[in-house]
Amino acid sequence: MFGAHGTGDTSGYGGLLRTVASAGSSERPYGGYFDDLADDLERAYPGFSGAIERVVVDRGELTLHVKCEKLVEVALILRDVLKFEMCMGVSGVHYPDNLGRELVAVYPLLSMSNNRRIRLEVSVSDSDAHIPSLVEVWAGNNWHERETFDMFGIIFDGHPGLTRILMPDDWAGHPQRKDYALGGVPIEYKGATVPAPDNRRSYT
Amino acid sequence: MSTVDPYAPSRETTEGTVFSVTGGDWDSLVQEIGATKEERVVVNMGPQHPSTHGVLRLVLELEGETVTEVRCGVGYLHTGIEKNMEYRSWTQGTTFVTRMDYLGPIFNETAYCLAIEKLLGITHDVPERASVIRVMMMELNRISSHMVALGTGALELGAITPMFFAFREREIVLDLFEMISGLRMNMAYIRPGGVQQDLPTGAIPKIRDAVAQMRKNFKDNSTLLVGNAIWLKRTQGIGYLDLAGATTLGITGPVLRSTGLPWDLRKTQPYCGYENYDFDVITADTCDVYGRFLIRMNELEQSLRIIEQALDKLEKLEGAPVMVLDKKIAWPAQLALGSDGLGNSLNHIRQIMGTSMESLIHHFKLVTEGFHVPAGQVYQGIESARGELGAHVVSDGGTKPYRMHFREPSFNNLQSTAAMSEGGMIADIIAAVASIDPVMGGVDR
Repeated sequence: MFGAHGTGDTSGYGGLLRTVASAGSSERPYGGYFDDLADDLERAYPGFSGAIERVVVDRGELTLHVKCEKLVEVALILRDVLKFEMCMGVSGVHYPDNLGRELVAVYPLLSMSNNRRIRLEVSVSDSDAHIPSLVEVWAGNNWHERETFDMFGIIFDGHPGLTRILMPDDWAGHPQRKDYALGGVPIEYKGATVPAPDNRRSYT
Repeated sequence: MSTVDPYAPSRETTEGTVFSVTGGDWDSLVQEIGATKEERVVVNMGPQHPSTHGVLRLVLELEGETVTEVRCGVGYLHTGIEKNMEYRSWTQGTTFVTRMDYLGPIFNETAYCLAIEKLLGITHDVPERASVIRVMMMELNRISSHMVALGTGALELGAITPMFFAFREREIVLDLFEMISGLRMNMAYIRPGGVQQDLPTGAIPKIRDAVAQMRKNFKDNSTLLVGNAIWLKRTQGIGYLDLAGATTLGITGPVLRSTGLPWDLRKTQPYCGYENYDFDVITADTCDVYGRFLIRMNELEQSLRIIEQALDKLEKLEGAPVMVLDKKIAWPAQLALGSDGLGNSLNHIRQIMGTSMESLIHHFKLVTEGFHVPAGQVYQGIESARGELGAHVVSDGGTKPYRMHFREPSFNNLQSTAAMSEGGMIADIIAAVASIDPVMGGVDR
């Protein structure tokens, strides 16, 4: 009833194994403006088949899975020829079980001229988490890439100043990775600790 | 200087002399800085500064009063909301997202819930009455948010009276929020599949009265500021950012519309049925702080127009459901205020406790474990008061988000501070930052 499969263990807490299934490639026709868009991109970019690993259409949204080393090329074509003037940032996702492609960067693009949206996805391995920076293409990606570096440890090559942005500069680790330890540790911030309740400051 | 200045003690570092200023006698500080013979001064403004619009730290490089470089330090309000949500059910997530941009809670909730509904494939199953209520709440929220932008923006430039007027209007909106959802801020009122509960009885006439009152009150602030010579001098030609700059920086919202481009997601990529409302997209072509101010002032009237149309629709939809009919998603209760001051639904309790064991199990599972959302990812953008608020949601098929990311307009737009202020005077940074209207809770999440 509630989506339990296999053993029917519905205890809910921790007992259920969850595996992440990635959506398969989509076949043409993609529907809507996606076919036009894919045609335009293939025409404008001869290296299309070599750079785009997969095209996924899911829930009315188009995702292009781009090879890491071709990202800037594809981005420039999308910006200059297909008029995707804006990149709405980058969002990291961590799939620790997807060996060799653990870290994913997702770029939602917006074309105001044509009123279209598209999404680029790039995956890299945890051991070599380098993705070319898109700050040269869309300057507004600067802080977004810093945030994704801060939270996931993805290194954006060519970024003008890739430093932490939300966490303190001397923070260790990248908190939004799935393997980042949570809970059960003493709360500590820069050497300060939480005193025992009877030693806390209180009004007299 | 040999004597220690109690207000501005100094110490030597490898970067030069560092002065800590805590207020008081500025003359002695100026003397001391003059004695260093440095042309270039680096000033830390904030993070606790009354005119930086929240805990924002601005690192300014100055030559005289001219700003040569601006860097923003953010992250002081980082609360790990995105990470926290990975450990809460989809419904519980609304109580987190509502606390991000605390001046636009309804926008956060709506973006989040629309994204979940897209993942669930129930976008078209959300009842019309729920969508209309969402639109009305968003526009009320736009008014209260713009009121803070205008009021604090004016205050930061030294005009105190507009803030009193602006907060008076904001009170009207917050009172309505309290009447409708029980809370003035951080309501968690918009839920996946609809809204938490229907409007209370007598709400529509009260909102109509409030709209009439606000329409009358808005004139106070426009009389004070529009065309005011001092206000014009502080805002016209200040914080310049043209369309090319805004585009490459990903700027949306009033700042983008101040370059003359009528880009408003409510018109261009409608959601919640915005295509059924009659309203105008306000633009300006001055690319400056004054243009953004005028846009916000005029958007207030457009929001009132939308609210009035929403109220007309609500009157026709009286008694219609406000939550999807699928009982595997919808939380079951229409809450009523009990004598203990807590919301409860006696009918629902009677049913699950007294009549049906299955209902009890169902209720227990739905509330503790939550509903499953099919695996996949979506991005949903909406036009918040500050620009495009985007929710990127990844589900692995479980009862909790696998990854939540918010593309916050405040976070993105704050990047334009340098482009707007470098080369200008130090006082104009305040005007420029105020015109971006960043909310640090949203920037840092």
